[in-house]
Amino acid sequence: MADRFEIAVVGGGVVGLAILRRFAMAGLTCVLLEKGADILSGASKGNSALLHTGFDAPPKSIEISCMKAGYAEYLDIHRKLNLPLIRSTALVVAWTEADLAAFPAIVAKAHKNGVADVRQIGRTELRLKERHLAATALGAVLVPGEAIIDPWSAPLAYAHQAIAHGAKIIRNAEVTGGIFAEGEWRLASPQGEVAARIVINAAGNFGDLVEAIARPSPFTIRPRKGQFVVFDKPGAKLASAVILPVPSERTKGVALFRTAFGNLAIGPTAEDVDERQIAACDGDTLMKLKNRAIEMLPALEGINVNAIYAGLRPASGHKDYVIEALKEQNWITVGGIRSTGLTASLGIAQLVAKLYAKNFGKLPKKVPEPKWTPVANLAEDNLRPHVRGGEIICHCELVTRGEIEAALGGPLPAGDVGGLKRRTRAMMGRCQGFYCSAQVAAIMRESDHGKP
Amino acid sequence: MESHDVVIIGGGPTGLSAARRLADLGIKDIVVLEREAEAGGIPRHCGHQGFGWHSHHRLWAGPRFAGQLRKDCAGLDIRTGTTVLELKAGGVLRIRSSGGSDDMKARRVLIATGARETPRAARLIGGARPAGVMNTGALQQHVYLHRHKPFEQPVIIGSEWVSFSALLTCRHLGIKPVAMIEENARVTAPKGSGLVARLAFGVPVMTATRLITIEGHSQVEGVEIERDGKRQRIACDGVVFTGQFRPENALYMTGPIESEDQSPAIDTNFRCSGPAYFAGGNVLAPLKNSGRCCQQGVTAAEAIAASLK
Repeated sequence: MADRFEIAVVGGGVVGLAILRRFAMAGLTCVLLEKGADILSGASKGNSALLHTGFDAPPKSIEISCMKAGYAEYLDIHRKLNLPLIRSTALVVAWTEADLAAFPAIVAKAHKNGVADVRQIGRTELRLKERHLAATALGAVLVPGEAIIDPWSAPLAYAHQAIAHGAKIIRNAEVTGGIFAEGEWRLASPQGEVAARIVINAAGNFGDLVEAIARPSPFTIRPRKGQFVVFDKPGAKLASAVILPVPSERTKGVALFRTAFGNLAIGPTAEDVDERQIAACDGDTLMKLKNRAIEMLPALEGINVNAIYAGLRPASGHKDYVIEALKEQNWITVGGIRSTGLTASLGIAQLVAKLYAKNFGKLPKKVPEPKWTPVANLAEDNLRPHVRGGEIICHCELVTRGEIEAALGGPLPAGDVGGLKRRTRAMMGRCQGFYCSAQVAAIMRESDHGKP
Repeated sequence: MESHDVVIIGGGPTGLSAARRLADLGIKDIVVLEREAEAGGIPRHCGHQGFGWHSHHRLWAGPRFAGQLRKDCAGLDIRTGTTVLELKAGGVLRIRSSGGSDDMKARRVLIATGARETPRAARLIGGARPAGVMNTGALQQHVYLHRHKPFEQPVIIGSEWVSFSALLTCRHLGIKPVAMIEENARVTAPKGSGLVARLAFGVPVMTATRLITIEGHSQVEGVEIERDGKRQRIACDGVVFTGQFRPENALYMTGPIESEDQSPAIDTNFRCSGPAYFAGGNVLAPLKNSGRCCQQGVTAAEAIAASLK
């Protein structure tokens, strides 16, 4: 390949795309290589879709600083990219006396992390806020800043904005090796060789394997699996805030949360697994999750389950993200970005840009002419495209033919069925494709989707 | 606001039969709202025989039957591509069509939204989530409406009547199911049907067998099942979840009418808790065949007509 890029990002998850966006907007020639048939086909496809304040993150960590920066930048840009922000608030709910005893420490940590509005509330105030919550709830810590976002449209918007600034995204391009010589990387992939001066490893669950191209990896990824159960739309009326448990040493625990798409979901579990690619659910765990949700919100009994899913988050064994520049190797490592990655991604991109400027070259202070690429709205809190008319294909989620055709075209057409679902919500509703999946498949066959 | 005497939600066998009967009883101002591009309901994609016996004393394939129902309603106001978004108190409906959305009022509303099968997710079946997992309804549409094979060798989960529709549908395009898997000790469909599956379709029937997980990367590669306490793997490239019909209830679960066991609660005259609303067909008690739906559409229509006098 004759092209030589300044930056090659490995990994098309939310982190890689946020980084690509940042460098493309700074005017650098950028390419992103994604292993899957579409962006977001790894860790970024299955998360809790929350924008965190960082109230419970490890103080003074890289993680908290990226989360805070990421949160602030999301607030700054979300309207320009037509991305939702549902200010739900969160409640860390105590179900036992031991939970209650943990509250002062949770509040103190939040304040230490600069999230000053976090405060403890009593049982009565909790009941007023969440009247459907089980009577066994003893009290809560209120986190006003926690919010719900659309986990797929945000990174898609970053991808579109990067492309508008000249970046190239190559899919089905697993980086299988690389050679660094004369100040230039040559990365091997099934889509051919890509040459770039600087490589940024944002390969998520495969981060340690990609890192081994540059050096013996200082971290090992052992993915942490999270399973989720999604309830039908009436469930979303039963909880306004995100309902969190008191976290343990190991995990934030299982949350009950509304989604931007108007559902109510519970998850994730935290299971250490060896599998990096397929996030499998298991029936017993799903049943436990469903029962736990009903325990917390008794009115959920009788509301149908719409969907189940599982995600793998890149746990590295390190307590913090691993973000560093290898000056001699023209390489930047972005590893072990676990469950907070969606919130932190824009902040991580800022940090990576700083590392680049410190080690590898100048960056302009301000983007000269930012191009904004608003995406189609998928969130329920704003007008959806079907309101303007058109033929509805997916009846459960009210997705129009126009939306499906648009997702199969444009500068980054859906690479597979999963990508189409993430761009439109089609087939994600209560019937799970009973009514529309054959027609959607026919529309996909008619388009030339997936062809590079 | 646009208003009518009767608005029927759903243009399947129940809704169309009710519309015909109401017109015959002299009710002039009837509208049928159908969200699909064509009325006729589920029979539209049941390409095999077995329809029309109760209502027309003929034996037709589903699409032919759906066509006859449409023909019976020729001249009536049937609006396809029209979705009801919300039911409000007093018979006010929020509807949307390609032109946009608006409110519509009716003196009487018949809810005839039908039923659908329970998908994999709602059954909480674990495993990977590859392509090739679907209900019979989607399979029928792939095969009969689009002449497309979504897989070559699926397993069929369940042994209700509709499971045999899945077998017939597969045979239409030469898809060869590798097994029919039933959790209970006996086949759910009437006696002898297990034998039919084995002999007529060459599909082994495994009763007292539970599906545990689905495996596969992009397409289904196999399933794990449990039988006599032992787990075993079956290689296959698709999974068809059949039956376990549930009412299409999204419209009324949040009001304004009361529901019971996911169906609208009705009195002996098909009348719901809100006085403007009636319900009939599969939405009430799923698993009735299309002939019975037609019959019930007629009866509900008579109740509605009487209530308008």
